[in-house]
Amino acid sequence: MQTPKTIIQKIWEQHVVHQEEGKPDLLYIDLHLVHEVTSPQAFEGLRMTMRKVRRPDLTFATMDHNVPTRQRLVINDPISKKQIDTLQQNCQEFGVTLADIHHPDNGIVHVIGPELGLTQPGKTIVCGDSHTSTHGAFGALAFGIGTSEVEHVLATQTLWQAPPKTLNVKINGMLGTGVTAKDLILAIIGKFGVQFGTGYVMEYTGEAIRALSMEERMTVCNMSIEAGARAGLITPDETTFEYLRGRRHVPQGEAFDKAVAKWRALATDEGAAYDAVVEIDAAEVEPQVTWGTNPGMCIPITAAVPNPAEKEKPNERDEISRALSYMGLEAGQLISSVKIDHVFIGSCTNSRLSDLRKAAAVVRGRKVSPTVQAIVVPGSYSVKLSAEKEGLDQVFKEAGFEWREAGCSMCLGMNDDIVPAGERCASTSNRNFEGRQGNGARTHLVSPEMAAAAAVAGHFVDVRQFTAQEVG
Amino acid sequence: MEPLRTHQGIVCPLNLTNVDTDQIIPKQFLKRIERTGFGQFLFYHWRFDDNGKPRPNFPLNDSKYKNASILVAGKNFGCGSSREHAPWAVQDFGFKVIIAPSYADIFKNNCVKNGILAIQVSEEQVQAIMKKAESEKYTLTVNLEEQIVFDHEGFEIKFEIAPYSKQMLLNGWDEISVTLGNEEKIKQYELTQN
Repeated sequence: MQTPKTIIQKIWEQHVVHQEEGKPDLLYIDLHLVHEVTSPQAFEGLRMTMRKVRRPDLTFATMDHNVPTRQRLVINDPISKKQIDTLQQNCQEFGVTLADIHHPDNGIVHVIGPELGLTQPGKTIVCGDSHTSTHGAFGALAFGIGTSEVEHVLATQTLWQAPPKTLNVKINGMLGTGVTAKDLILAIIGKFGVQFGTGYVMEYTGEAIRALSMEERMTVCNMSIEAGARAGLITPDETTFEYLRGRRHVPQGEAFDKAVAKWRALATDEGAAYDAVVEIDAAEVEPQVTWGTNPGMCIPITAAVPNPAEKEKPNERDEISRALSYMGLEAGQLISSVKIDHVFIGSCTNSRLSDLRKAAAVVRGRKVSPTVQAIVVPGSYSVKLSAEKEGLDQVFKEAGFEWREAGCSMCLGMNDDIVPAGERCASTSNRNFEGRQGNGARTHLVSPEMAAAAAVAGHFVDVRQFTAQEVG
Repeated sequence: MEPLRTHQGIVCPLNLTNVDTDQIIPKQFLKRIERTGFGQFLFYHWRFDDNGKPRPNFPLNDSKYKNASILVAGKNFGCGSSREHAPWAVQDFGFKVIIAPSYADIFKNNCVKNGILAIQVSEEQVQAIMKKAESEKYTLTVNLEEQIVFDHEGFEIKFEIAPYSKQMLLNGWDEISVTLGNEEKIKQYELTQN
């Protein structure tokens, strides 16, 4: 009998081109996603060495990090414009398909890959972006790479990769009412730290994961990198297949059924061994808010900001004090008492149609607090259009939100969507690092529902109680 | 890529954990389309205040560490974004070697591709080096072939490194050329997929 295997091992073995003692494996890459920030030096490298893109048909480019969200086509920053123009020229010169800012397929790379059906189970997917782990939601092995590796994939369609260790992140039981996929992944990182996934590919398993929609699964896998894991994935199932059926780049008709049979066989075998296992009880997870300067620094909405004096280790005390000082918070302060100045609903973590629907349901008939500036940035042009068809834009606008064009926007502020120094933002993005949303900006990561509720209340609030209240 | 066999240099201490790539090179400097010129922006907001004046307490601004080429830091160095601009900035500033208890995977990979040696040793060993470097102008020598780090006072530690990374660094190979040596195998693989 064959040794039982994990989905991670199965995908790996299907992609090994070459193995040799003392070297990593040479791994074939099925899909290479490209954006404007991490690719110019890679294309330049090809030009200097007179190399071509080996498989333009497996390469797909978009522009997302720099694009403006107020007026889509007006790029005021000349350096941003140069980077965008450079991608345009590179794609033209090397024959790579590009969804530029004029194109209806344009959007955040990790939103459009799945939307277009480019992302599929069993594929190896890379992109010069750490949140490539998002695509793992489909049972793909997807990870972020640096620019040298981007050049390597462009030239060879392969990468030298040491086989990863496997980690089973087991979620027992079901999430409570009002608790989201974002809360789950934040709670996991909060419990096990920002480094527990380093060196591993994670597979998320358990009843609570099975119950998640595809978009919720993407939120979970997206933040695998915040736990240190380059990739995190979920075995595909009916939810996956139904999401993919009929999408543009997915096999159609009979070919789709054949593909599904192949995808089904990827499932981790009964009894397969992982290198490590961590477990979390879903019922214990509450809506989360980060209080510090990395995603592991998070607490339930019902809790108080930690007190460094209560920690034993001096470096732990220092770390907490430093974070509290940057964030302008007091030790022991209730997180629900923290007032906010900005709300950002968007990013490759939480900018899909279902995220916007859930946030809209919270704000419908309510008003954004007069002291809060709130924006919604859909993940793609297609998400924006679908949301507008449902009237979600009207719900947000009537409540006092700005309704913007698609892009990465305030998740990292490479365009002009920036949180000013010292101001505080409830953000549905993935990183609360110092200065991430703007120099001196204070970021608190939350779910779209929690962000929407905070926008209305002007401070953090438990969305579970908030939604139960009468609209007043 | 420049080969790296041995290196001697002044050690600059950065006694912080989970230093993310957003700190190493803030986003407003990612818009350049070249690989060079990022050193001036390394740790920008930690190095400079809002008026662009050097912050006196930040080690990189301390004259003791002028011309330092070995950076020693806390665990999980280089976490977060995959931006290769981070190792480009580290290198362009003048660092050739980093010593830390652990690194983020993508950052570590990016270092190898650029000829930067990211040495991983225990927390205690890092703290020993950190203390020395914080108290005096401290010079270390690294011998990659032997996988050792030592000073002239008898301090010596061994470090582990993946054999492939070691060969890449020692020889300064262009990885794409190495891979294209296997082009037939790539072609064969592609044939089996059709």
